[in-house]
Parts: sequence; structure tokens; C-alpha cells
Amino acid sequence: MAATAPADVPAIAKKWKDKRGSLIMALHDLQGRYGYVPRDAALELGKLMGVPLARIYEVTTFYNFFKLEAPGKHIISVCMGTACYLKGAPELVARLSEKLGIKAGETTPDKQFHLQQVRCIGCCGLAPVVTVNEKVLAKVKPAEIVDQVYACAKGA
Amino acid sequence: MTLYGFSQPTHWNGQELPRIISRLFDVPDGHRLEVARRHGAYATIGPALFDRAPYEIIHEVAESGLRGRGGAGFPTGVKWGFVPRAPGKPVYLVINADEGEPGTFKDRLCLTRDPHLLIEGMICTGYALGVRTAYIYVRGEMLPQICILNQALREAYDAGLLGERIAGSRYSLDIFVHRGAGAYICGEETGLINSLEGFKGQPRLKPPFPAVSGAFGAPTVVNNVETIMAVPYIVQHGAKAYRRWGTEKSPGSKLFSVSGDIARPGVYEVPLGMPFMEFFALAGGLVGELLGCIPGGSSAPVLTAEETRRATMDYESLSSLKSMLGSGAVTPFNTTRDPVLILQTLTRFYAHESCGQCTPCREGTGYVDRVLDALIDGHGGDGDVDLLKSLADQYEPMTTICAFGPGAAWPVQSFVSKFRPYFEAYIAKNPQRQRTRDLAGVRPGAFW
Ligand SMILES: Cc1cc2nc3c(=O)[nH]c(=O)nc-3n(C[C@H](O)[C@H](O)[C@H](O)COP(=O)(O)O)c2cc1C
Ligand code: FES
Repeated sequence: MAATAPADVPAIAKKWKDKRGSLIMALHDLQGRYGYVPRDAALELGKLMGVPLARIYEVTTFYNFFKLEAPGKHIISVCMGTACYLKGAPELVARLSEKLGIKAGETTPDKQFHLQQVRCIGCCGLAPVVTVNEKVLAKVKPAEIVDQVYACAKGA
Repeated sequence: MTLYGFSQPTHWNGQELPRIISRLFDVPDGHRLEVARRHGAYATIGPALFDRAPYEIIHEVAESGLRGRGGAGFPTGVKWGFVPRAPGKPVYLVINADEGEPGTFKDRLCLTRDPHLLIEGMICTGYALGVRTAYIYVRGEMLPQICILNQALREAYDAGLLGERIAGSRYSLDIFVHRGAGAYICGEETGLINSLEGFKGQPRLKPPFPAVSGAFGAPTVVNNVETIMAVPYIVQHGAKAYRRWGTEKSPGSKLFSVSGDIARPGVYEVPLGMPFMEFFALAGGLVGELLGCIPGGSSAPVLTAEETRRATMDYESLSSLKSMLGSGAVTPFNTTRDPVLILQTLTRFYAHESCGQCTPCREGTGYVDRVLDALIDGHGGDGDVDLLKSLADQYEPMTTICAFGPGAAWPVQSFVSKFRPYFEAYIAKNPQRQRTRDLAGVRPGAFW
């Protein structure tokens, strides 16, 4: 928890406090800073912005984007949209799960990788699509997925 | 991050193809103000707009027959007409760039390639409706597009095209970008408004319609990115020029995102009314033998191959086939694909994205998903196919606050009725022919 000392929270609160309807934008900033929304930082943010904790809970759990726990260093997202599913996304998840020893939605014990399934990311023409952090892997083949992911992680 | 080229021929079958929305899509650096201006951007921002009365602009857009490109296809000029004349409150314009309908990737390309056309359209629309403050609600995942948009806004402000007294006129407009946070339902206009206000993006019951009471309780017009990008052309060239393209009831052009079993997936701008088969040829041709096609985004009822061959890409043709043009996402699939598995991706999606407000939708989408999963895993029983349909019938129109419910029901109803033998084949794999899995307890392969 020490790593999440809410040092930047006052600045974020100040930036958004007087803008209408800006809780989501403030939480984006918070997650941008920490990689997720730490509970104590969210508590502090709520206090400074005058937003009840109940509303913060509501918003952080409603939207997929907000993470409540520290994700792994490298986030692997496998698109499960229609086009990608058709072109073999489940197989990609299976290969990655097997190699990493985790299910979709989990993080490896060494906190290196987080594996998740996401909805259509709008690159259907390149299906199946996997993203590793911000990098997009297109037309991925099952036999190559593990190597490609490791290569991305190394490059990052 | 450029994921797609935009490459469509200027002509097709001897006919010129429209370039109303996509004019700058293949111009290098077309997203930069200087380049865009060299190609005619902001031509309307001057006398063409400001010498006319706001109601004349609304009238022109109504005459053009432009219809909303976000999915519902509602006539844009009519929607604008709902805004009270002297509301005594600010009027807001909100651009829906939440693009989340599976298979749809046109707005993303618009924001990447020609953000200035969107800004120009917003100025025209804002002037017509008396808007002082406008928002662009961008899907949270589209970070690169948000960067491009912010840069374009900065350029426009610096050039005096936004802010106080635009281009020396008496009209002033400010535009803010709001970033979504990953929820399909926020594409629904009232869900979007709640999200814009910083709340959970759960839709509101209509009426009141946003045009009367929307963001912060004030009149609010929500329009899709592509809809607003058609406005400058109409202001500049007139409704009649716009009607050169398309059909009587579906005038103009539209962007279509095509993926699936097609040789050149991507975004194309074509006149409304084009036969689907001709469109497939334009996109490099179908791959394999056509089995069916989702014609307008994941909510649109699926078409059989035979229906697809008869259909044209316009609102009337698809509604006569009991489907819809929707967001213009076209997904043909061939005979090597299993329609049951296609439906499974959709039921997962809807079960996961239901916002949970309305009982039939919240419970029904999950139930359908579990029945279908059991069936696919060889645990289905006789009667399950009818069960799927009858469950989906529970969240049809009028049973839920927003159109998410019906949009989740249509794929189930249409796949089940049009591809029934494929579902029966799974049941036949279960020797007991009665359901052998407890549905309440298991939620196999939960999406998240
Ligand atoms: C579940 C659901 C999701 C929607 N998603 C989007 C979307 O991502 N983008 C969009 O423009 N419209 C979306 N719509 C349609 C909007 O509610 C609204 O009709 C549209 O933004 C109006 O703009 P238009 O008239 O220019 O199309 C969605 C509707 C529903 C019911
Ligand atoms: S289905 Fe994967 S990007 Fe659209």
C-alpha cells in the first residue's frame, strides 16, 4: 500500500473539482498515474472533490476501464469481438492461459502479465487482434502468439 | 496508430463514388489544419453559414433527408426541430464518438483522418441550434484519436475557428472532449448523458427526450460523428446536391465498415441503396461461399445468404427484411463458419454489457447466454432452441428503458429462426436430449 501514497491526488482533485461531471475524467487521471485506482487514493480524491465514496464505488465498478487492483506490468488483451472470435481468438486465450498459468482476468503471481478478454476494439479487419500494452498485434496465429507476446514485453 | 488504409476507387461500375465524409481520408496529414484547409476545410465558416439565419440551416438539413448514422437512423433535421426555440437554458450539442457496436470502426477512422470536418460540422450545427458549449464523448479506448482530436481543437482555437466570435462573426462556441471508460451502454444517448455528467452510464427513460431535457437538465442534441460530418457539405452545396446520392428515403452516402469473410475489410463510403453484393465486389469480393450476413452491427437481425443477395444498403430495404442498417457494420460469413458460435459471441457480449437496470434485460441476457453455452458444450436438451427464442422475446421493444434490450434480443431471435438446424445439431450430440447442466449455478467462461 505504501507504493500508492496518494501524493498526486490533491493536484488531480484541484484540476477537476470545479468542472461539472468530471469524476470519470479525474479517475482516468488517477488510473493513468497508478495503473489502477487504489482504494486509499480514491478515498482521498472523493474527500477533496466532495464526492461520496458510494458514488466512486458505483462509477469504478460500472466501467470496465477502471481497475481496482494493480494489474501486471504487461497487459495482454485478446479481442473477443465477433470478427476476432470467428478467426480464432478463443484458441489464442487458451494458448496464453496455458503458457502463463493463469485464466483470463488474472495476473501472474510475479505481476509480469495480466491477461484479459476485451470486447471488439474496432480493428475487425485485422482479426484476430491482440494488444500488448499499447501495441497492436494483427492477424495473430496461435502458433506464434506466445512468442509475439514475449517479444513485445521484452521490447517495452 | 494507423490501422487501416482507406483505399477506394473514385469510380465503380462507371459511377462516381461519393466522397462527402471521406474526402480527406487518403490525404497525407489531412488531420492537420493547414493541409485540411488547402483541401477546402472550413469553407462554410464565413458568410455561407453566418449570413443565413439558424432556422434556414435546420431547414436545409431537414430537406437533405440526412438520417442519424449512429444506429437509429432518425432524421437529423427533425431531431434538431425538437429543441425549444427559447429554452431559457443553454442548449448543448454532444457528439457521440463512443463507437462500440461490434464490427463498427468508421467513427474511429473519421477522428483519425479528418477531425477538422467534425469540428466544422459542429460549428455549423452549433450555430443552427444556438449552442455555446459542445462536447465530444469519445470511447475510452480510443486514446490515439483523443490525442488527434485535442491537437485539431488546439489548431482550430489558434486559428480563431473556435472560442469567442468565430471567424469575426457574432457566434461563439467552445468544444470539450470527454473520455468514456469502457461501457457499451454509454453509446446510448441518455446513458451517454449520464456518463457525461460523471455518473454510471445507465440510460434514462424517454420522454423527456434529450432535445428537451438532456445534459444538466438542459436541451441537448446528441448526434453521431458521421452524421455531423455530413453537415458542412449540405450547408455548402445544399440539400439538393446531397440528394444526388442515395434513394428517396435514404438520401446521401454512408460509411460502411466491413469485416468477416471479405477480401478487403475496411471502411468504404458508398451511396445508400447500393446492393450488398455489389458492395462486396467493391471490397475485393467475398471469401468462400456466403452463408449469411449481419448487415448493420451486432444488434441487426442476421440475413440469410438469399436475403443478402436481394438486399440493398438503405433503411427501407433492410427494414422490409425485418433487419436494419444500424451503424453500417457489415459482417458476411461463409459456410465454414458456425452460426451458433457467432451467436455465442453476441450473447456473451450482451450479457456482459447489460447495464443491469431493467430486469428482463439483466436476467434475460445472462440466461440466454447460459442456455446457449450449455447447448454448445453438449448439455442442451429438446426444447432449448424454443427456450432461447422465448427468453429473448422477454426483452423485446417496450420491455426495457432503452433499445439495448431489443438490440440484444434480435440476434438471438434471428439466428435461432434462420439457422435452426445448426442449433439442433448440438442438441443431437447430447444422448440424453435433456439439459444436463444446472444453469443457475454455472456461468461458464464468464466474459470478464
Ligand atoms: C445500446 C445502444 C448503443 C448505442 N451505441 C451508439 C454508439 O456507439 N454511437 C452512436 O453514435 N450511437 C449509438 N447509439 C445510438 C444513440 O442512442 C443515438 O441514437 C445516436 O447517438 C443519435 O445520433 P444520430 O441521430 O446522429 O445517429 C446506441 C444506441 C443503443 C441503444
Ligand atoms: S472483433 Fe476484434 S477488433 Fe472487432
